[in-house]
Amino acid sequence: MSEVLEGRLLESVVRLIEIAATDLPSDVEDALVRAFSVEDNPSAKSFLKAMIDNVGIARSKRLPICQDTGIVMFYVTVGDKFPYTSLLPSILSRAVVEATRRVPLRPNTIDVFSGRNPGDNTGRYMPWVEWEFVEGLDTADVTVLLKGGGSEIIGRAKTLIPAEGIKGVIKYVIEAVYDAGPQPCPPIIVSVGIGPTVSIAMKLASKGLLRPIGIRHSNPDVAKLEEMLLEAINSIGFGVHGMGGKVTALDVHVDYAARHPASLSVAVVINCWAARRASMRIYPDGRVEYITHPKYNMG
Amino acid sequence: MSVMAEYMMRTPLSEDDVRKLNIGDIVYITGIVVTMRDTGHKRAVELLSRGEKLPVDLKDLVLYHAGPIVRKVNDKWEVVVIGPTTSTRMEVYEPEVIEKTGVRMIIGKGGMGPKTAEACRRYGTVYTVYPGGAAALQASQVKRVIDVYWLDLGVPDAMWILEVENLGPLTVVIDSKGRNLYDKIYEEARKRIDYEIYPKLGIK
Repeated sequence: MSEVLEGRLLESVVRLIEIAATDLPSDVEDALVRAFSVEDNPSAKSFLKAMIDNVGIARSKRLPICQDTGIVMFYVTVGDKFPYTSLLPSILSRAVVEATRRVPLRPNTIDVFSGRNPGDNTGRYMPWVEWEFVEGLDTADVTVLLKGGGSEIIGRAKTLIPAEGIKGVIKYVIEAVYDAGPQPCPPIIVSVGIGPTVSIAMKLASKGLLRPIGIRHSNPDVAKLEEMLLEAINSIGFGVHGMGGKVTALDVHVDYAARHPASLSVAVVINCWAARRASMRIYPDGRVEYITHPKYNMG
Repeated sequence: MSVMAEYMMRTPLSEDDVRKLNIGDIVYITGIVVTMRDTGHKRAVELLSRGEKLPVDLKDLVLYHAGPIVRKVNDKWEVVVIGPTTSTRMEVYEPEVIEKTGVRMIIGKGGMGPKTAEACRRYGTVYTVYPGGAAALQASQVKRVIDVYWLDLGVPDAMWILEVENLGPLTVVIDSKGRNLYDKIYEEARKRIDYEIYPKLGIK
């Protein structure tokens, strides 16, 4: 691969991070606008207006939507015929350093033991990268998620006994949202993973945050559970930033893996309303396409 | 809750004006706002307990739980974006800061506890929240950086002295009458979960 091509790929990943930090995906923005139209609590409404105005200002001035630009997480799906797989780890890491300087992102990575902040959002296992490999494709899809700190305060997981069943799962999720209260910047997106181990459940819950708002699970039973949880959470009445009102969650996503006979693990991950993510596809000739934000595609 | 009112206020804030505010009221602030996060609060409490002064007298001013993104343009600091951080982390320090500085208003997000509420009642202070995540909007409400202290704590944790214009909407969550909006919201939420949501879903 030529250095020119490598430089271009680096630039396109920096751009991807900039897009994620400054331009909220349209599904999230549309959900905020819908929330504004159904909400009748005046404080919640004035906060929603501020949040929607903020999204517009951030986009037009290319400013971060939130000062907490989060932990940078990448989800990469690579085809087995994609020619540049081995270059991606270094490109992703360098792109984070560049984006920290240029967007700018807030330097958020602190070494757990030395307390040192390198100032560029790198560190042990940072940026976080999750890989998935698919057969027959010659492209790679890169999604970046900027995960804010406030909404992580209440992420949790537990293994239930199977007798507790789906009702046990529902109760666990509702209690997690109750304990979170106004801390994770509601209206939140709640992502639930169910499976045989807490680590599998948590992995599914984390990945659920990549699914756009309003898209239901393909399994109708799971889709029904998502609708039920969304309605239940919005009946709690916390509302936008704890102001009270009808909208506490913008959506609930559930995914599951087959369980073990002895265990029913459940994990809950919450995203703040500023659900900042962006995806791009890299083609074998080095061309890129911004999938979630097509207006950034050239020509 | 009484009927929500909207106020435009200017620093320095008077105790009388602040004591008029009720939970749920909306406020916009013009004037001087000072930022401190956890480490800033820790240092402030250390200085105050030794009888020393803070770099800025907070009496009748506004304290903001925030860590901005800033940059230096031609030797002058500029706020790129700014927004509130979760206030619960400052609960251990806040009563002493309120008592010893006479700060009149606190801005944050996520709520504060009973000790802060008691200090607000006793000394005539309110805790307000700004919609978290609306950082670009808020940057447009910051007119300039007047000064900065404690940069050794790092940029987000330093004490930023900011001039703001119509900073808001801020909702009063703790007033100076001993009331906490979030206590009521939690209490009502618990009732709805136990008496409406769980019975409807057949959950005990």
